[in-house]
Amino acid sequence: MRVTATAIMLVAGFSSSVAAQSGATGDAARGAQIYQASCGSCHSINANRVGPAHRGVVGRRAGTMTGYNYSAALRASRIIWDARTIDRFLQDPQKMIPGTKMGFRLTDPSRRNDVIAYLRQQSRPVPK
Amino acid sequence: MTQMQQSRRNLMRLTGTGVLSAVAVGILGDAPALARSMGKGPGVTASQGDIDILNVALGLEHEAIEAYLIGAESGLLQKPVLDLALIFQGHHKGHRDALARAVHDLGGKAVEPKTRAAYVESLNVASLKNQNDILRLAQSHELGAANAYIGVMPSLGGKELAQVCAKIAADEASHWSLLTTALEQPIPATAFLFG
Repeated sequence: MRVTATAIMLVAGFSSSVAAQSGATGDAARGAQIYQASCGSCHSINANRVGPAHRGVVGRRAGTMTGYNYSAALRASRIIWDARTIDRFLQDPQKMIPGTKMGFRLTDPSRRNDVIAYLRQQSRPVPK
Repeated sequence: MTQMQQSRRNLMRLTGTGVLSAVAVGILGDAPALARSMGKGPGVTASQGDIDILNVALGLEHEAIEAYLIGAESGLLQKPVLDLALIFQGHHKGHRDALARAVHDLGGKAVEPKTRAAYVESLNVASLKNQNDILRLAQSHELGAANAYIGVMPSLGGKELAQVCAKIAADEASHWSLLTTALEQPIPATAFLFG
């Protein structure tokens, strides 16, 4: 029974990882709601607030949003934001990039996938 | 409209000014104990991660204080909603003071508020046309703040620090509930409204 449970957990973890890499299973509409409710106090798509603006974040190098005062750790991280790196960051940002100012964790994998799907939709650059 | 006014009167009865002093004093009283519990005295650098998290939370509180002030000064809020907004602003001032003191006691420098112009832009104040617009902005902010405090708790270095964040999250959740009632919106039927 223990073996079965472990296998299920491994499969679930693998599925989550694959989903995060592809971003294929996320629901962008649901992600928009989760983004507003869970990320929206610090972030918005178009404006730098407590955290940096997120339009065009997928594919962007970490720490390069114009006009936002990043931590030195994030600026130096050399990370490119894609589904996999965003998924890892949202799980535990300070574990992935020690010294980042963000401490918020989105622990539910399906909610992370939905948020990533939403962010992938927001690909246009920030309006000047 | 009469039902709405009655609903707001009920809200005001629920949120007496005594709540503010109790909350503010209670949380403020935790700040020095918090620093001691982390094993750091005043002026001694604590975990930079905790200081950074507290400063992000402090940034949220600065923004909330200014948002409620902008709402109060807009002329769009009518009593008793105006009074409710000012009470909530007072709660956020209490949170601000607690967080700023904790940052100081942990050896950090508390983040300062941004300018009014910066908040006007980031909060998209130009889009606020009536009382319900302001209530919806406040409701969205309170929901986000409650979720933010819940979301940072696992990253904090001490249980006492997490407890302070839990207290503030409970205040924000209470604000969200009252604003949702003022907007006459239904409370979600599913469990886990926050987090």
